[in-house]
Amino acid sequence: MGRLRGLRWLALGVLCLGLGACNVIEGEEQAELASDELPAHGDTFILATIGDITALIPNITSDAPSHEVGALIYDGLVQADRNLNYVPQLAESWTFSPDCLSLTFALRRDVVWHDGRPFTADDVVFTYQTMMNPKTPTAYRDSFSMISSVEAPDPHTVRVTYGKPFARAVSSWAMAILPKHLLETYAASGTLRESPQNRRPVGTGPYRFHEWRSGEKVVLLANRDYYDGPPYIGRVVYRVIPSQATIFLELKAKGVDQTALTALQYTRQTAYPAFHKAYRKYRYPSSTYTFFGFNLQDPRFADARVRRAFAHAINKQEIIDGVRQGLAREATGPIRPGTWAYTDQVRRYPYDLDRARQLLAEAGWKDRDGDGLVENVEGKPFAFTIQTNQGNEERKKIAEIIQQRLKDIGVKADIQVIEWASFISEYLKKRRFEAVVMGFGVGTDPDQYVIWHSSQMGPDQMNRLSFSNPEVDRLLEDGRASCHEAQRVTYYQRFQQVLAEEQPMIFLYFADALPVVASRVRGIQPAPAGISWNFTDWFVPEQLQRYTSG
Amino acid sequence: MAGPRRGEWRQFWTTFRRNRLALCGGAVVSVLVAVAALAPVLAPHDPHRPDTKNILAPPSREHWLGTDQIGRDVLSRVLYGSRVSLAVGFVSVGIASMIGIVLGAAAGYQGGLTDGVIMRFVDLMLVFPRFFLLLAVLAFLQPSIWTVMAVIGLTGWMGVTRLVRAEFLSLREREFVIWSESVGATALRVVFRHILPNAMAPVLVAMTLGIPAAILTESGLSFLGLGVQPPYATWGNILNDGKDAIEIAWWMTVYPGLAILVTVLSYNLLGEGIRDALDPRLRQAGGRGRG
Amino acid sequence: MALFALRRLILALPLLIGITFISFMVINLAPGEPVVMQSEEQIGTQITPEARQALRELYGLDKPLPIQYWHWLTRLVRLDFGRSLQPDGQLVLTKILDRMPITLFLNGVEMFIILALAVPIGILSATRQYSFFDKATTVFVFTGFATPDFWLALMLMILFGVQLGWLPISQLRSPNWEYMSFWAQQVDLLSHLVLPIFVAVFGGLAGFSRYMRQSMLEVVRQDYIQTARAKGLPEQVVIGKHALRNALLPVVTILGLSLPGLIGGSVIIETIFAIPGMGQLMVQSVFARDYPVVMGNLVIVAVLTLLANLGADLAYGLVDPRIRLGARRRAG
Repeated sequence: MGRLRGLRWLALGVLCLGLGACNVIEGEEQAELASDELPAHGDTFILATIGDITALIPNITSDAPSHEVGALIYDGLVQADRNLNYVPQLAESWTFSPDCLSLTFALRRDVVWHDGRPFTADDVVFTYQTMMNPKTPTAYRDSFSMISSVEAPDPHTVRVTYGKPFARAVSSWAMAILPKHLLETYAASGTLRESPQNRRPVGTGPYRFHEWRSGEKVVLLANRDYYDGPPYIGRVVYRVIPSQATIFLELKAKGVDQTALTALQYTRQTAYPAFHKAYRKYRYPSSTYTFFGFNLQDPRFADARVRRAFAHAINKQEIIDGVRQGLAREATGPIRPGTWAYTDQVRRYPYDLDRARQLLAEAGWKDRDGDGLVENVEGKPFAFTIQTNQGNEERKKIAEIIQQRLKDIGVKADIQVIEWASFISEYLKKRRFEAVVMGFGVGTDPDQYVIWHSSQMGPDQMNRLSFSNPEVDRLLEDGRASCHEAQRVTYYQRFQQVLAEEQPMIFLYFADALPVVASRVRGIQPAPAGISWNFTDWFVPEQLQRYTSG
Repeated sequence: MAGPRRGEWRQFWTTFRRNRLALCGGAVVSVLVAVAALAPVLAPHDPHRPDTKNILAPPSREHWLGTDQIGRDVLSRVLYGSRVSLAVGFVSVGIASMIGIVLGAAAGYQGGLTDGVIMRFVDLMLVFPRFFLLLAVLAFLQPSIWTVMAVIGLTGWMGVTRLVRAEFLSLREREFVIWSESVGATALRVVFRHILPNAMAPVLVAMTLGIPAAILTESGLSFLGLGVQPPYATWGNILNDGKDAIEIAWWMTVYPGLAILVTVLSYNLLGEGIRDALDPRLRQAGGRGRG
Repeated sequence: MALFALRRLILALPLLIGITFISFMVINLAPGEPVVMQSEEQIGTQITPEARQALRELYGLDKPLPIQYWHWLTRLVRLDFGRSLQPDGQLVLTKILDRMPITLFLNGVEMFIILALAVPIGILSATRQYSFFDKATTVFVFTGFATPDFWLALMLMILFGVQLGWLPISQLRSPNWEYMSFWAQQVDLLSHLVLPIFVAVFGGLAGFSRYMRQSMLEVVRQDYIQTARAKGLPEQVVIGKHALRNALLPVVTILGLSLPGLIGGSVIIETIFAIPGMGQLMVQSVFARDYPVVMGNLVIVAVLTLLANLGADLAYGLVDPRIRLGARRRAG
């Protein structure tokens, strides 16, 4: 059985219509298992992460590296498999009541915490209470706020009751389950962050915590008592290397076994024999889309014709080729292609400058004084600023390309690159922007209520573009409150069609994830879920092992 | 006053001319300034125009220094970058010198409490790790070419203040100052007419040496992503753009890197030359031609 | 002299409070809020407005700034720098002390090597002013100064780490360090230090060697040196004994003043070489808006610098009470 590792808790439930309907998964598929390459325990696997690990109770962190490490230490009740379907993990099985309001988990009886204590239903109830405790600094409370009660009728059964049907009910239980016996007092007093477990965690997962040197590395050791059988790779080391350029050089010097490549590294810097010998590259569609979004409160962008004109003026393929070397797929909406809710039956905007100019003219923007820029009736030229966050070269380049293309239709765009924290709080939250280049990571579930619903326009809320459309509001509400997929599909397909029509943002692309793994590692099976979903099945044949694993 | 000063200039020039390194530095600096001024004429392409069909092209007849990740001409970017980089150097040093001169003059001429307060403030600023301060402030302000210039300038005036104050302390006691004070010249007149011109030499040197330091600081900030932002090209941010492709597109890092190196080196040689030539004691040494 | 030291220390106190007040205001007025309250790009992480407000209260960010500052200051008196706003909630002091040894060690070694090279270079180029040696070292040290350090670092990593494979590329220890013998561990550590220290030394040489040269040139012209020469003392004794001692004094002052520059300068080297020191901590904390850690870092570096300055002033004041000017240091 495989286990999805990585950003598991960020993922929401979804189905993929079989592998064929999913995206191209490119891996230099290894010629599977020569006979002398038997699965063997041992060796050390080294990953590089660009961001520091912040803490090791994943329920209170929101950064990718901490979650990645946490995913190996903790388990959830459910987990996503290779096709992003939810399958049992700490739960043996689950049943829904017909009205979707009651969810009952039967728990495994053979699970122990890393300190030897047995895992019981009390831990699940405790985790729920911790998530709902206002003193817990967590970003994931929303997934649990629809719950009206969580009970443990016996030590191996958990019954969850929802106030109204909640589409993400099952997937939300992929959240890490925490040990009650170690954390109870800390959680109650709101000092979870300061608990020793936040630095020396105890979980039920396939790896035990071994060592954490701040800013340097985290070391995990295989959990020999894991209920699913001990993982093959004996020791996992996360090295914190804050510079992308340095990580790549470490990779070339074989100081790192797995990292993510940039598009340029994938296409141009790794195409030589020695690299192919030492590493395997993989490619699959990621869950993050990049967009060019408008502030719809700005009267100029409130006019859909202007947004459509821009859509015609921007050549998505040029952007994909220019900043991703073609390693991305065009986005037509905010739903990840290849997932069950996706549809490509939406309005498209081919690159067509004449059509763009015509649409602008219809909206009242014409070059009235012959200076090459379009003006409105009052003679005011169309000029605005594209903002993006600093630290992301791709977005900066996209802004630069868009700037040039808009110039072609007589629109003047300036670029402002702003440091992340200020960008969020001073510009996005206060809606003090005209247009932005940004990205969104979408979960496996199509529920995007918080992004698009018109009730979500408060300063701390996520509908930053101020998008408001009654039909979309209704579709989002219905889609969220149903637990029947067939019904939900129709809501979300219509949702995508309305968005494509409206173009509140120009959906640019879903980038491909481009991981690279040392070639001595076997057992990797690229799938829609990526490659890390079956990490515990990875192994290094004995004669190829490089390190002792302690 | 005029007579002796012209004589000093001649003497300065005599000494300066003998320092070949400084002469080279001066020549390169002049060329650089000319290039920056003429960038629009010299640049063969639009430095901002992307050409995604021509990404990371190696140097060729069309693109002498190759192209970058979105196909922009590196030569044109380096040429335009020289304008922004030099502007960052000049403006930030200008700001720093203005503050330094005003505060240093006040401290040195007034003495007493004013001096105490200003110098404590200087101490205070010197105690801060400047780069940390730059980081914090630039993360806080909207990053633009102007804020980068202003912040580098506003955190770099302490040296000039100390220099000017020291000059004032010694000049204040000189005969011509005491004489003008005794005939009733106003304080402002004394300061601007008599002391300041004589105190400018070390400031000039400090400015010459401050410009390259500011250019380097900007490139360091660019590395952390807090330098001058697009669409402006600076040597620092071209270099930073290039670092991720350093192995396959050496032209993206080598040329802006060399530009920084040559510029900083030249300014330093020039500055040191000026200092040597200005300092009477050293001039004597030079004149004697020891060693 | 003790009185002078005491007076300076007492004078430094309001100075420190001034510094902390200004930085506290600047940092807290800075746009952006602690990164724990962001998590913007993942739809899976949905912080409700109520949850955000609860977080703000938890971190005490809902109170007026002056009150926040007062709380911070009163705790500082008890050496309590507060806790980090990051999810690890560590004590700020622990966080900084965790990283200080590496940064101080690296800077100490760099400083030692820089001085060991800069002093002789300075003396030789001063005594042989305008000679070939003088010109060659001038160009050499300024080349070091003029080379952007992250660029040089990457070049050296490619050459020695990737192409030749002689030296490790980043961090201070190999991943399998725990399994090495004691001596192998020392060799491993040393080999990791070579590149970062080389980059820092090459970049920092110019400041001190030029200052040494300048100082030496001035001292050599002094009357007492001329007198010593006139007395017929051998040139080595004149330079090595009389001149050197006096020429070194201003360099001592610069040493004290250069501390914040050095620690600030470690930012880039620590980032590119993945060394978990104070510079890296500072960058991360600024970007994450981890106010207590940023403040703690500034205060600790400021105190270290004040002490170093005081030490330098004392040493200097003992011999020569004249006012000395700040010398040019490498920016940052």
